Amino acid sequence: MTAPVSISLDVNGERVDALVLPRLNLADFLREQLQLTGTHVGCEHGVCGACTVRVNGEIVRSCLMLAVQAHGAAVQTIEGLSDSGEVADLQAAFRDRNALQCGFCTPGMLMAAQDLLKQEARPDRDRIREHLSGNYCRCTGYQAIIDAVETTARARGGRRV
Amino acid sequence: MKAAAFAYARATSVVNALDLLQAHGDRAKVLSGGQSLMPAMNLRLISPELVVDIGEVAELRGISVTGDTVRIGALTRHVELQRSPEIAAHAPLLTEAIAHVAHPAIRNRGTIGGSLAHADPASELPACMVALNATIIIRGKTGERRVVATDFFTGIYETALSAQELLVAVELPAARRKSAHFFCEFARRHGDYAIAGLAAQAVVEGDLFADLRLAFFAVGNRPVLAKAATKLVNIAITPAVLSAALAALSQELDPQSDLQASASMRRHLAGVLLTRCVGTLLGRSDLGAGGSA
Ligand SMILES: Cc1cc2nc3c(=O)[nH]c(=O)nc-3n(C[C@H](O)[C@H](O)[C@H](O)COP(=O)(O)OP(=O)(O)OC[C@H]3O[C@@H](n4cnc5c(N)ncnc54)[C@H](O)[C@@H]3O)c2cc1C
Ligand code: FES
Ligand code: FES
Repeated sequence: MTAPVSISLDVNGERVDALVLPRLNLADFLREQLQLTGTHVGCEHGVCGACTVRVNGEIVRSCLMLAVQAHGAAVQTIEGLSDSGEVADLQAAFRDRNALQCGFCTPGMLMAAQDLLKQEARPDRDRIREHLSGNYCRCTGYQAIIDAVETTARARGGRRV
Repeated sequence: MKAAAFAYARATSVVNALDLLQAHGDRAKVLSGGQSLMPAMNLRLISPELVVDIGEVAELRGISVTGDTVRIGALTRHVELQRSPEIAAHAPLLTEAIAHVAHPAIRNRGTIGGSLAHADPASELPACMVALNATIIIRGKTGERRVVATDFFTGIYETALSAQELLVAVELPAARRKSAHFFCEFARRHGDYAIAGLAAQAVVEGDLFADLRLAFFAVGNRPVLAKAATKLVNIAITPAVLSAALAALSQELDPQSDLQASASMRRHLAGVLLTRCVGTLLGRSDLGAGGSA
């Protein structure tokens, strides 16, 4: 029964059919089988947030989800959000405010930040800090990251209530 | 690290899940939100031979209110509790507490059943169940049994559940008129497990507590329902009464020392929490904000 299981899911708008071992987590499936390497793997126990992706519209830790659990789900990775332009302004703000250094945490940070901005038009700095509290940045760009998210929220100016 | 190899079964119903657990016993593990099981497997702390995924079992979902009882299905995710208007109206302690459970991406997957079955002594929901006098509903091959929350938690990561059983739901009494609640925890960073915390449910009549349930967490091997609360019920609270309760609390707690805090620091923080709780619920700033934390 440890044999591969067939799954089919939607990844960034495209249907994917695959055969996966039960132990394979979603992060490794995305990176190794689909070559979507924007999703980063840091701690593999849910602490760092580098592997954050969207499943059925909600952010999750892809290192704590099995690929088999994603059967039938719609998954969006940083490549999907980038290609569609959904986070173009957020990415620009990260560049402008110096919110990325090595960039390892950045995909997860963008995922978490966009999740907040979808839910709230005008989060204050405390809310931004709280929402990003599950994402580590080893280069300690936290202040700049909060700046970038705050700038983006202001620029979007309540467009997405 | 990665999880060791295992077989995987997607349960189609409670009965199906129970059959699988019955057949495989200790070698099987239930997978709910995976937010505690997956880290443990990735760190190779546990290596089950079979993972029984209950994530699709619809009968374990949902929040309902019937008369004075709130029923919460085991698969209810933290985010659903947080957003539920029924919970906000009838068990507001939970609405407040859940914001302290992990981070948004984890709350999107973690479930109440998983949190209670996991029984981390530093975790918020077990203490809330004790404060709210909840009943834990368990199903096994032979039927259903109901266990009060104070008896459900038996030690660090230990509960009244056997390897062949499923936690299916919890039931709590809906908050009455004059009910009041208090929740506070000290943690290293918002969303982390507590260093010391208190979930409290009270009935306040005028200036007095008609009832007071104080459930401390992260100060013992399971949530502690403080007997010291009895010293505060149906009596005018003076600094002397409060001191007596604090002394009684200190006597009954037996906290652990670890990398986060010493036992004496935890004991101190528990006292701070008790004082804050009483002051807040009775609107008595004269009782002191609880000293410096
Ligand atoms: C970085 C991080 C930080 C966290 N911080 C906190 C925190 O501050 N506070 C907190 O409380 N939690 C915290 N958690 C844990 C989180 O809340 C989990 O969601 C929760 O403890 C487990 O729920 P789950 O549904 O994910 O269960 P799972 O991980 O799927 O299961 C946990 C255990 O319960 C068993 N189980 C699950 N469901 C059932 C059931 N219905 N019947 C019988 N057994 C069952 C499993 O077999 C397993 O042993 C954190 C997790 C992470 C990764
Ligand atoms: S790799 Fe998933 S949270 Fe760190
Ligand atoms: S930019 Fe390096 S980890 Fe955040």
